[in-house]
Amino acid sequence: MSPSRTTDPAGARAARRPRPVKAGHVFVAGYVILLAAFGVLPTAYGIYYAFTSTGNTFAGLSNFASAARDFRYLPAVGHVALYLVIWLTFLVLFVTGLSVVLQQLPVRRIARVARFLYYIPGALAGAAGVLVWLFMLDPTVSPAAAFLRFLGYGTFGQVIEPGHLSIRLPMIAFWTGAGGWIVVMGGALNTIPTELIEAARIDGAAGWSIARRIQIPMIRKWIVYMVILAFAGGTQLFVEPQLISAASLGVAGRDYSLTQLSYDLAFQNNNVNYASAISVELLVVSLVVAALFVTRSRFFDAS
Amino acid sequence: MPPKNSVVHARNRARPSFSRSILAFGAAALMAAAISACSGGSSGSGSAVKDGFTQATQSAGPLTVWVDSTRVPAAQAYQKAHPNVKLNIVTYDGDANGADTLQTKVDLYDRTGSGWPDVVFSATDNETSWGVSAGFLAPLNEGLIPQATLSNFATGSLNPCTVNGKVYCLRNDLSQVVLWYNASLMKQWGYQVPTTWPQYEQLGETVAKQHPGYLVGNAGDTFTPEIYMWASQCQANDVTGLRTVTVNVTSPDCTRMASLLDTLIKAGSMSKLSVFSTAFDKNEKGKVLMLPGPAWFGGAVFDSTSGLNVPKGQVAAAPVPQWPGTSTPSTGNVGGGTWLLSAHSAHLKEAVSFISWVTGNNAWQDELTPGFPAYVPAAKVWLANQAKSGYYAVNIDPVLQQAAGEVWPGWGYGKFSQESIWAATIDPGLTAGKTIVSMLPAWQTAITNFATSDGYQVSP
Repeated sequence: MSPSRTTDPAGARAARRPRPVKAGHVFVAGYVILLAAFGVLPTAYGIYYAFTSTGNTFAGLSNFASAARDFRYLPAVGHVALYLVIWLTFLVLFVTGLSVVLQQLPVRRIARVARFLYYIPGALAGAAGVLVWLFMLDPTVSPAAAFLRFLGYGTFGQVIEPGHLSIRLPMIAFWTGAGGWIVVMGGALNTIPTELIEAARIDGAAGWSIARRIQIPMIRKWIVYMVILAFAGGTQLFVEPQLISAASLGVAGRDYSLTQLSYDLAFQNNNVNYASAISVELLVVSLVVAALFVTRSRFFDAS
Repeated sequence: MPPKNSVVHARNRARPSFSRSILAFGAAALMAAAISACSGGSSGSGSAVKDGFTQATQSAGPLTVWVDSTRVPAAQAYQKAHPNVKLNIVTYDGDANGADTLQTKVDLYDRTGSGWPDVVFSATDNETSWGVSAGFLAPLNEGLIPQATLSNFATGSLNPCTVNGKVYCLRNDLSQVVLWYNASLMKQWGYQVPTTWPQYEQLGETVAKQHPGYLVGNAGDTFTPEIYMWASQCQANDVTGLRTVTVNVTSPDCTRMASLLDTLIKAGSMSKLSVFSTAFDKNEKGKVLMLPGPAWFGGAVFDSTSGLNVPKGQVAAAPVPQWPGTSTPSTGNVGGGTWLLSAHSAHLKEAVSFISWVTGNNAWQDELTPGFPAYVPAAKVWLANQAKSGYYAVNIDPVLQQAAGEVWPGWGYGKFSQESIWAATIDPGLTAGKTIVSMLPAWQTAITNFATSDGYQVSP
């Protein structure tokens, strides 16, 4: 708020109040309409599909049962679960750790440069970031080919062997996504009053105990926020395996995740109902996990 | 509060995670719903049964033609030859590499009751597996196209188009498998071109010992089963009806070829790389002695600057080897596109003229097309043009023509993609050092699973 506004007489402020509210409605309306058209309606349509058969009759849970009986379903659940465990662990440990270390660096400029460098890969939106990795992982064209050969990988096929994907995919996701979160955590850490840190220092706290007793507890909500969104995004794993599948001509990554299975059921097997059932499952899982985190961490309590 | 805003902002940029795929899917569904709500019922009145199917009311208007980028010159050549016809040329992916664009779109058009293209080129041979039951494909041999024209297509080339005796598409090109070889090297080393698979296997082992590093074939492509297993008459894809398939890949017809491949992979003269991989072009240039492969390997792999780029006068082709005791010679086939005609078309006269022209004798099939034309009179001119280029060490015409009629008919054209099944099931194992013979049961299971999920009744 600008200082001139705060010096306005109270009466003038009250008289002006309705106008910003109207403008606010207009601004929000744009979002609400788009949310309804491209968020709520399609979700409702998806739920409708998930509970009806091809003849548009109510099908109960049979679509869910049939989708779960598909031979690709259980492996996909396993893949996504493993991916989430590895990715979320990496994300929480490294993003929090790196952010705290950067914050505690005595030279602020280094922290700023490092934060910017971490963020750069995130600026390559989604698919482009994965494409960079496809080149990095192909020993014939990779700038890190010597390193790949040192690890014993002579061909692209060996690098992306299906068994390796549970490590490759979190690597790619971390590289493209973590930088943005490091910036966010940097912002969060900046809100911690310097007096607090100084007081701790006077009391004899050093780097590690400041991080553990002050910084991390105070950005706890941001970490929870990151986990909720990363979980929702992670269950929808799609771009990375789909592009690896395309690049390897289907050797690895086909039907790897649940979203891919849903996509294939809709557009290869021509069964929108099974596909919707899987989408609804993902929605429910994400909502439940988000609710758990929100209630357990008292996310919305005023601090 | 500034921090909060920046949090939201950075999150959106870092990972646009919230239900992106569901949104896209939902938006498409919503549009479909909106459009279907608007459309009343455009078909129905004025339609009549003619030429073996219910035709829509015919009207004037532009002919909508869907082609992949390779076939755009075909449509343009037709336009040049027929300046009076109004063409609306739409480029799409041609359903290549297992894509399902056409079926997805037709499914949406079926819901809206309008929008179907009149003529479609597909890079796959299996559109009849859904297009007939969906009522999208018009039968062509019931009056639309004269029998005299249809009989000009190479023997068996219309098999993928034929369902219950009716022909639902015209074949653009053939991709019969032949044995490509380097005539100069064969002569220099005093080798005979093998005519049987045991001879081929023996030569492969000899080459591995005498000239290590040289190749007699490759087994790392998604279409590897269509080269070797198909030619070996392996019953992996015996589509017996619209939704029935017989799969038996552990029979001797399959194991004999699998163990041949295993032997040569172990010896080192059979590559595990794809001919289209960067590693193959980089490492195997000048090292290919023989390479069983489809007709289009000549232009796409050997005489290609982005491929092996073998100099003029070295490459030759021979008939693919046979197993001793096989009564009729058999070979495989890798792709070859089809032209489809929509049963919903309101411009049938123009549509028929178009597909008859693009598959027949003309500037497109005779000169421009990269593949071996399925229409025999066009193939003759095409081969003559190939011979004129003087690239090959021998005249490859008789070999390609003979192979065109020898594609084994026991390998069908189902909805599921044999190429992607092989890629996902066998290729990772090969990379990990397993033998193909040991993976045949897994291949059987995978084919059964994918066929079943597409609604096929699978019998062993």
